[in-house]
Amino acid sequence: MEWFDTWGLSLIVFLPLVGALLVVLLPREQEESHKWISLITTGIVLILSVVAAANFDFGAAKSFQYEVNESWISAIGANYHVGVDGISLPLLVLSGFVTLLSVIYSWNHWEEPRNPKAFLALMLVLLTGMNGTFVALDLVLFFIFFELVLLPMYFMIGIWGDKSERVLPVFGKTVSVRLYAAIKFFLFTLFGSAFMLLGFLALYLNSADTVAGRTFDIPALIARAPELTMLPVAGWIFAGLFLGFAVKVPMFPFHTWLPDAHTAAPTVGSVLLAAILLKLGSYGFIRIAIPILPEQAKQWAPVIAVLAVIGIIYGALACLAQTDMKRLIAFSSVGHMGFVMLGIATLTDVGINAAIIGMVAHGVITGLLFFLAGSMSHRYHTRDMDRLGGNQKLMPMLGGILAFTAMASLGLPGLAGFWGEFMALLGSYSPLDGLSLGLFRTAMVIGAVGTVLTAGYLLWMLQKVNLGEPKAEWDDQKFHDADKFELAAWVPLIVTIIAIGVYPKIVFGATTEAVEALVKTAFGG
Amino acid sequence: MTNFLLAAAEEEVHSAVEAAYTSGFWAEYAWIMLVIPWIAVLGIIFFGKRMKYLGAEIAIGMLAFNTIWASILFILNITKGVVYEGAVTIAEIGSNLIFELGWVVDGLSIMMYFVVSFVGLVIFIYAVGYMKGDVRVTWFFASFTIFAGSMLVLVGAPNLVQLIIGWEGVGVASYLLIGHYWEQKENSSAGMKAFFTNKVADIGLIIGAIMVGVTLGTFKFSELSNAAAEHADSLALVAGMIGALLFFGAMGKSAQFPFHIWLPDAMAGPTPVSALMHAATMVTAGVYLMARTFPLYQNLAEDIRPWMVAIATITLFAMGLLALVADDIKKVLAYSTVSQLGYMMVAVAAGGYTAGVFHLFTHAFFKALLFLGAGSVIHAVHSNNMSDMGGLRKDMPRTYWTFVIGSAALAGIIPFSGFWSKDEILVTLGHEGYTAVMWIAIAGAFITAFYMTRAIMLTFHGSYKGHGHPHESEPVMTVPLIILAGFAAVVGFLNIPGVEFGGRGNFTQWLGMREVVMGDHHPTAPDWGMAAIGLGAALLGVLAGLALFARDKATQQERDKFEIPALYPLLRRKYYMDDAALGLVWLIKAPFARAIDWINDYIIDGVVNTMGFLTAGLAQLVYGGLDQRGIDLGFNAFAYASGGSGERLRRLQTGRVQQYASVFVGAAVMFVIGFVIFG
Amino acid sequence: MTLAPVLVLAALLFSLGVYGLLARRNAVLVLLAIELMLNAVNINLVAFEAMLQDSLATGQVFAIFVITVAAAEVGIGLAIVLLIFRNRATANVDEFSLMKW
Repeated sequence: MEWFDTWGLSLIVFLPLVGALLVVLLPREQEESHKWISLITTGIVLILSVVAAANFDFGAAKSFQYEVNESWISAIGANYHVGVDGISLPLLVLSGFVTLLSVIYSWNHWEEPRNPKAFLALMLVLLTGMNGTFVALDLVLFFIFFELVLLPMYFMIGIWGDKSERVLPVFGKTVSVRLYAAIKFFLFTLFGSAFMLLGFLALYLNSADTVAGRTFDIPALIARAPELTMLPVAGWIFAGLFLGFAVKVPMFPFHTWLPDAHTAAPTVGSVLLAAILLKLGSYGFIRIAIPILPEQAKQWAPVIAVLAVIGIIYGALACLAQTDMKRLIAFSSVGHMGFVMLGIATLTDVGINAAIIGMVAHGVITGLLFFLAGSMSHRYHTRDMDRLGGNQKLMPMLGGILAFTAMASLGLPGLAGFWGEFMALLGSYSPLDGLSLGLFRTAMVIGAVGTVLTAGYLLWMLQKVNLGEPKAEWDDQKFHDADKFELAAWVPLIVTIIAIGVYPKIVFGATTEAVEALVKTAFGG
Repeated sequence: MTNFLLAAAEEEVHSAVEAAYTSGFWAEYAWIMLVIPWIAVLGIIFFGKRMKYLGAEIAIGMLAFNTIWASILFILNITKGVVYEGAVTIAEIGSNLIFELGWVVDGLSIMMYFVVSFVGLVIFIYAVGYMKGDVRVTWFFASFTIFAGSMLVLVGAPNLVQLIIGWEGVGVASYLLIGHYWEQKENSSAGMKAFFTNKVADIGLIIGAIMVGVTLGTFKFSELSNAAAEHADSLALVAGMIGALLFFGAMGKSAQFPFHIWLPDAMAGPTPVSALMHAATMVTAGVYLMARTFPLYQNLAEDIRPWMVAIATITLFAMGLLALVADDIKKVLAYSTVSQLGYMMVAVAAGGYTAGVFHLFTHAFFKALLFLGAGSVIHAVHSNNMSDMGGLRKDMPRTYWTFVIGSAALAGIIPFSGFWSKDEILVTLGHEGYTAVMWIAIAGAFITAFYMTRAIMLTFHGSYKGHGHPHESEPVMTVPLIILAGFAAVVGFLNIPGVEFGGRGNFTQWLGMREVVMGDHHPTAPDWGMAAIGLGAALLGVLAGLALFARDKATQQERDKFEIPALYPLLRRKYYMDDAALGLVWLIKAPFARAIDWINDYIIDGVVNTMGFLTAGLAQLVYGGLDQRGIDLGFNAFAYASGGSGERLRRLQTGRVQQYASVFVGAAVMFVIGFVIFG
Repeated sequence: MTLAPVLVLAALLFSLGVYGLLARRNAVLVLLAIELMLNAVNINLVAFEAMLQDSLATGQVFAIFVITVAAAEVGIGLAIVLLIFRNRATANVDEFSLMKW
C-alpha cells in the first residue's frame, strides 16, 4: 500500500474529474454509460476514502496522514499540499458517501430538462471540489476547491431547479425562482469568499519577513500562529475569514440565500448542498480561522455564540411559519448549523467535537430529509403542506422513513443528531477559560429551548404531511411507495444515523485526539 | 497502522463488584435484556405482517424471556443480593469525558426490570385480544416493543446519558402510540402535546445532566451518589441547581403539576398503551430518576426538597379531585394515576426512598389492572363514557371482580397492596415532619376511595345505558386481569415492617443502594395508629361513594350525568350525617373540583395554547416581517442598486469595437501625458 | 548603438497600428493593425534587452511570447471574421455590434 500513501488522496480528489471528463466525452444518447461511469467513479472514490479511513493511524490522528507536499506555484510559495487528519477524515468519507447515494438516487429521478450527461458531470466536478476542500492544506489550494464547488451547484440550481415564479416581498417584482436562487447563492458565497481571499493574502504577506519565506501552507501558518495572532491587522484578517465562512455555514444574518437555494434546487442538489456544502464553512473555521488566529477567535467567540443561538431560535421560528415542506427543511438547517457554530464558539475540545459530529449528523439526516421531500414532491407535484396529509396512508414505507428521519433531526437520543446538540450544550456550559461564563450558559439555556422548538416544527410537519386522512384531491390517484433506487439510497443513510447514534465513537474515534491537539496548540493548557 | 475496525471495536468492559454481594452469570449478562427488544423490533417490522398474530408473538416471546431473566435476578436478589455494573465505552472526548452504555443490576433496577417485563408481558398478551382487528396491529406491537426496549434501557442505565436515551425513547414510543389512530387530528395532537410537554421538561434533565457531567467529570449515578455521600465540595456548590433541574425533568415524565396536562390527553391511545405506559411504567420514570439520584437530594440538595414536596402535594390532591368529575372512565384512571404519582413523588421528596419506590411497585400492578379492566369494559360497550355503562357486574363478572380488587388496592383497603404502600408513605411523611402534607395525603386517600367507588358504581352497578348487549371479554383478556389481580392483592405483603422473606429482610433491604447508606426511615414494626387513620379515610371514602352513587338506584334510569343536580334529591334526605357528608362532598366536588377543572382547562391549558399561538405568531413575524422583509430586503435592495446602476452603465456598451479601442487609446494617451507632466 | 532610432521606429509602427485599428472598417485590416502594434512592442522589447544585456534574455523571451500569443489571436480572430462573413456577407466592423446589451 505504499503507493496509496502518496497517491491515495490525489486519486480521491481528481478521479471524479476524470469521470466527469469521460461522461462529457461520451455522446449524449448513451445515458446508461453515463450513469454507470458516474456510479463506478463515485463508488471507487468512496472505497478509496474508506480504505484511507481503514489504514488511518488513529493513534496519531492529530498529525496529517497520506500527506503530499509538492511545489506548485513556487513564485508565490503555493504548494500542492494535501493530507487528512482526524478532523477532515469523517467529512471526507461523508462527502464520498452522500455523493454515491445521490448518483444511485438519480438513476431514475431526473428533473426537467433531464440531460443526465450534464447533470452527472456537474455532480462529479462537485465531488472533486468538496473532497479537495477537505484535504487541502494550502490556502491557495483550499480557495480554489472552495470556489470550484460554486459552479456546479450554480448550474444545478439554475438549470434543473424549480420552474415556477415568485414575487419578491416589498419589491413586488416577479422573478424566476431558480434563477433568483442560483444567482443569490453564487453572489452571497462569492461576496464572502472575496473577503476570505483578502484574509488569505494578508496571512501570506505576514507569514514571513522575506519574500522567499512567505507561505500559504496551513500547518506552517499554524506553527506561526503566536506571531500572526499578535499582528495589528489580525482582527481584520479574522473578520475576513469569518465573513467567508459564515456565509457558507450559513450563520444568521447571512443565511437568506439558503432557503431560496434549497427550495429551488433539484433534489440531489439540495441533498449535496445540505449534506456537504454547508460543512465547508464550519470546516474552514476549525481548520483555518481558529488555529491560525486563536486570540481573535477568542475575541470573536461571544459574537459567534450569540449569532449561533439567534440562528437556532430564528431558524426554528421561521420553520414554524412555512407552508412549503422543502423550505421548512431548509430553514431547519439554519438551526442545526447554529448548534454546530455554538459548539465551535466554545473553543473547547468538547464543543469542537460536538461541531464535527453535528456536521456529520446533519449531513446524513438533513440529506435524507431532502431526499424524502424531493421524492414526495416528485409524486404529489406540490410541496404545499396544506395540500399534503395522510402520506403515511398513501405511502406507508416512505412515511415511516420520514417519521424516523424527523425524529433523528429533532435530536432524539440514540440517533446521530443527539450527540451534536447535547455536546454543544455541554461545551457551552464550560467554555474555554476567559470566555464569559454567563453569556455561554445563557446560550446553553436558549439552545436547549431551541431543541424544544425544533421538536415542535418537526412534529408539526409530520402531523401535516404524514398523519390525518389524505385530502380529497388525491383520491383517485395511484401512488407508488419507495422504489428500489430510493431505498438503495436511503437505507445506508438510516443505518448510518442509527450507528452513529448508538456508537458515536465511529466519529469521535477519529476526531477527539486531533481536536484535543488543535485546542491545545491554539489555547495552551 | 492500526486497523480501523479494530480501533472502532475497541471496547472496554469494566465492572464494579463489591464483596458483600454476588454477581454471577445472570447479572453479568443482564445486558441481553436490554438488547433483545431491539432485535424484536426489527423482527416485527420485517416479518411481523406475515405471522399469524402479526408480530405479537415476537414481542411476547421477547418479554417472556425477559420476565424469566428478571425473575431469576429478583429471586437471587432476595436470597443472596445481586450487584453488578457493566458498561461499554461508546465515546471518549478528550481525557476525562467518557460516554458509556451499560447496565446496572441492583435492587432498584431489578425491581424495575421485573415490573417492566412482567407487567409488560401480561399487557402484551391482553393486547393480542384487545387489538384484534385493529388497523395496524403489527405497527402497534413494533411501537410497543420500542417502548419496552427504551424503558429497559432507561431503568438499566448506569449513567445519566443512557437514561436520557431511554427517557426520550419512551417519549417517542408514547408519541407514536398515543397517536396510534392518527387519522383523527385530535389523536395526533394529543401525541404531540405529550411529546412537547415532555420535551420542555427535558430541558431541565439535559441541563442537569450536563452540570453533573461537567462538575464530576462523569455521568455515572454511582459516582454521583458517592460524591453526594461524601459531601464533595465541587458538587455541593451546584447540588441545589442540579437537583432542581433533574426534578424539573422528572416533573414532565411523571406528570407533576403543572406538567400533568399531557397525561389525560394521552388516553387517546389504545387502552393497553394507557395501562403499560401511562400508568404502570413510563410515567414512573420520573420517580425512578428521583430514586436513582436520591443521595443527592438526601445529602446535598436539601433546600429544594420542600419545593418538591409542595409540587407533589398539589399534584396528589388537586388531580385526585379531578377524577371525581370525569365521565370518561380512562380519564378517571388517568387523573388517579397523576394523583398516585404525586404520592410517590411526595414520598421520595420527603425522604422516603423505600416508601416512594414501594408505592411505584404496587401501583404498577393495580393501576395496570384497573386500566385493563376499563379496557375490557370499553371493548364490550364500545364507549369510554361511564354514562354509557352501568350494570355490567352480571355480564362481566371476571372483569368486575378484578376491577374491584384493583380499586380496593388503589383505595388502600386492607389487606390489598395499596394499603401497605400508602401507609408507608403516610408514616414517612409523619416521621419527616411534614404533618400538614400528611393530612392532605390522608384527605387524598379519602378522595381516592371516593372516586373509585363512584367509578365502580357507575360502571358495574345500576342498569345498563349503552347500546347492544355487552359480553365478558375472551380469556386472552380476562386471564391477564386475573393474574394482575392476584399480584395487586398480595404484593403489599412484601414490605410489612418486621416481616422478612428469603433471608435478606424485605422489600426495604432488597432495594438498598449499595454505594450509599440510605437515610430514610424504616419502621421495624407496623404503625397501626397511622394504618388505622389511613384505612379510616379510605373506608370513609368508600362509604361516601356508596352513599352518593349506590343509594339512588331509583333514579339511576334517568341518570345521564352525575353532576350537581343529581345531588339535590339526596340533600332532601333526613339523615343529618348524610347531609353533612354530602355537604362535604358537595363542597369538595362542586367548587373545588370545578374550580380546578376550570383552572386546568382555561388557565394551564390556556397558557399552553396561548404559548402555542404566540409562538406561531412570533414565527410569522420573524419569518414574514424580519426575514423576508427585513434581512432579505437589505440584500435584495443591494442587488437592485447594483442592477440599476448596471442598467445605466450598460448604455456605454455600444458593441462597436473601434469605439472601445478609441477610448482605450485615448486613456493610454492621457496616462502618457500624465506621466510626462507629473512623473 | 543608440537606442533612439529603434524606439522611434517602434513608435511609428505602433502609431500606424493605432491608426489602422481605429480607422479601418475591414475586420481583416483591423487584425493586421493589431499585428503591427504587437510587433512594435516586440521591437522595443528586443531593443531594451540588447541594451540592458539581461542574463536571462527576458526581452527576447517575452518577444517570443508575444509572437505566440499574436499567432493564436490572429488564428481565432480570422476564424471569427470568416464565420461572421459567412453568416452576414460582410467584414465591416461597424456592423459587428452584436455584442452589446
